[in-house]
Amino acid sequence: MIGGGSPEIDVPTELHPSVEAGTGPRSSSIFRLAWAVFIENRLAALGLVVVILLMLFCFLGPVIYHTNQVRTNLATTDLGPSAQHLLGTDDLGYDLLGRLMVGGQTTMVIGLAVGVLATGLGVMWGTVAGFAGGAIDSIMMRAVDALLAIPALFLLLFIATVFIPSEPLLIVVISALAWLVPSRLVRAETLSVKTRQFVESASAQGARPTRIILRHLIPNVFGTVAVNATFQVADAILLITALSFLGLGIPPPSANWGSMLTNGVNFVSTGHWWLIWPPGVCIVVAVVAFNFIGDGLRDALDVRLQRR
Amino acid sequence: MGRSQDGGRLMRAFLLRRTLQAVVVLFGVSIIVFILLHLLPGGPAKAILGVGANRAQIAAFNRQYGLLRPLPVQYLSWIDQVLHGNLGFSYKQNQSVAALLGEYIPRTLALVGVAAAAALLIAIPMGIYQASHRNRSADYVLTGASFIFYSMPSFFLGTILIILLSQVLPLLPPTGPTATSPLWQQLTNLVLPILTLTLIWVALFSRYIRSSALDVLVQDYVRTAKAKGVSGPAILFRHVLPNAMLPVITLIGLSLPGILSGALITESLFNYPGMGLMYWSATQTDDYPVMLGTVMVVGVAVVLGSLLADILYAVFDPRIRYAK
Repeated sequence: MIGGGSPEIDVPTELHPSVEAGTGPRSSSIFRLAWAVFIENRLAALGLVVVILLMLFCFLGPVIYHTNQVRTNLATTDLGPSAQHLLGTDDLGYDLLGRLMVGGQTTMVIGLAVGVLATGLGVMWGTVAGFAGGAIDSIMMRAVDALLAIPALFLLLFIATVFIPSEPLLIVVISALAWLVPSRLVRAETLSVKTRQFVESASAQGARPTRIILRHLIPNVFGTVAVNATFQVADAILLITALSFLGLGIPPPSANWGSMLTNGVNFVSTGHWWLIWPPGVCIVVAVVAFNFIGDGLRDALDVRLQRR
Repeated sequence: MGRSQDGGRLMRAFLLRRTLQAVVVLFGVSIIVFILLHLLPGGPAKAILGVGANRAQIAAFNRQYGLLRPLPVQYLSWIDQVLHGNLGFSYKQNQSVAALLGEYIPRTLALVGVAAAAALLIAIPMGIYQASHRNRSADYVLTGASFIFYSMPSFFLGTILIILLSQVLPLLPPTGPTATSPLWQQLTNLVLPILTLTLIWVALFSRYIRSSALDVLVQDYVRTAKAKGVSGPAILFRHVLPNAMLPVITLIGLSLPGILSGALITESLFNYPGMGLMYWSATQTDDYPVMLGTVMVVGVAVVLGSLLADILYAVFDPRIRYAK
């Protein structure tokens, strides 16, 4: 939540009691059930379609609409939209529509990479803490609390004055802060699974911890984790945008929507609207789409909602 | 009689537990800041004195601040200093960090306080309204608008507001207030920064409140009230509102880091002379004492804020004291 982002409520989702007990539909049909409800949720389906379209735009677009995003022609700076440049050119002479595609590639890749990395780290930390319990759990979660207490933006700015940002470093550093929230969610789920009757009985029957994890923990945790992962992507895109605005951008010729928007904001008073609105709208569309998907997944997996 | 004694005992136990937790987390925050201090390029002395520092100056700095002692000893004496209000000295601005923070924090508090209060005043009725008209067109429209607003980068929203309200319709000045005259004399300059924050926070808060109001609406006591013939508005006021308000306390506690980050960006966009802008300038000039001091203060504020939120929640909802 940095001046935007997802309203993630720190509450694990509940699954149908028969699913939790492991006596209900088998794992594969939970996903089919969730998929069916997900598709019914039109906003979530719309979100997924939008994300796919954005990916096509960013990665296949340059194949259809050729522009040079590495070398620039200083004679063609600050042009408005025309036949040669469908969205005009920016102050360095780059074609804006082409730059939007290339910038989108960077933005989406960073966002998705952070989503995966942060979720992975969070799941590991959370399951260990949840299973260990006791003092180890306390220490691990107090460390999470301490890191969460300092707003990510402040920490990231600090780190950026010490290290020079590059795309891989940005992914690692953002993930290094983003994993905190999923770790809490996963730990809560692990704790609640650990105390369920059936886990105790499975363990009493001599089931090894790995079996408990695979058969019982993962289906229950998966829902919360999947929902959180999509919100992570949305938050990461907004975070990169904020960092670009505060001067942490990856310098040209590389581009991302955040740095394009930051650059465009300098031209508010000159009327060069094509430098501001396209990157801004792209960011909002992408973040809204991921938030729709996350909300849709949450509705699909949250039994409480279905009872209403 | 026995039950209230029990309640008092549980409350004290909860307070003790929660406060001890907070102390541990504060300790954690101080360790993080201490680590950041020692992560500075070239070591604390060289980084803080700057590139032009010669060996003699660095040696003097190290002696003055005891930077050659073992780390645990350094940490303890550093914490001792912090607890006495010494947050370091900014050589770049020739002022103590504490003095700088004392100057800039109140302005940020004013900005954030007004924006958050406004956001709650709008979001609470809006969320409850949405919950009671769930899935009707008004709910959909407001949900859609909320999605869009909290998916916007805040400086993008700020820029749009500048375009709309100070270019297309020249109603308001495009920049925030300056530090040269008191805030209350520059009210028109305050509108856009506050509005930017408020719009995004209304979107975020109303989603949360809608969800918690929905949770209340399905409770038995609401259905009983309806069955007894209590009117709609009365139900909303007497049952839904107080119970849905409780999670709002938690919401604010959880939102503190996000609120401060939002303030950072908005202050930078509008040149608002608050703690966020001060921190950002410090990162641009590598003013490490200011950066470290700010991170420390912000971390402590968030921990204390969530502690306060949890305590208030326990005061108003006795059930939480029984939880582990």
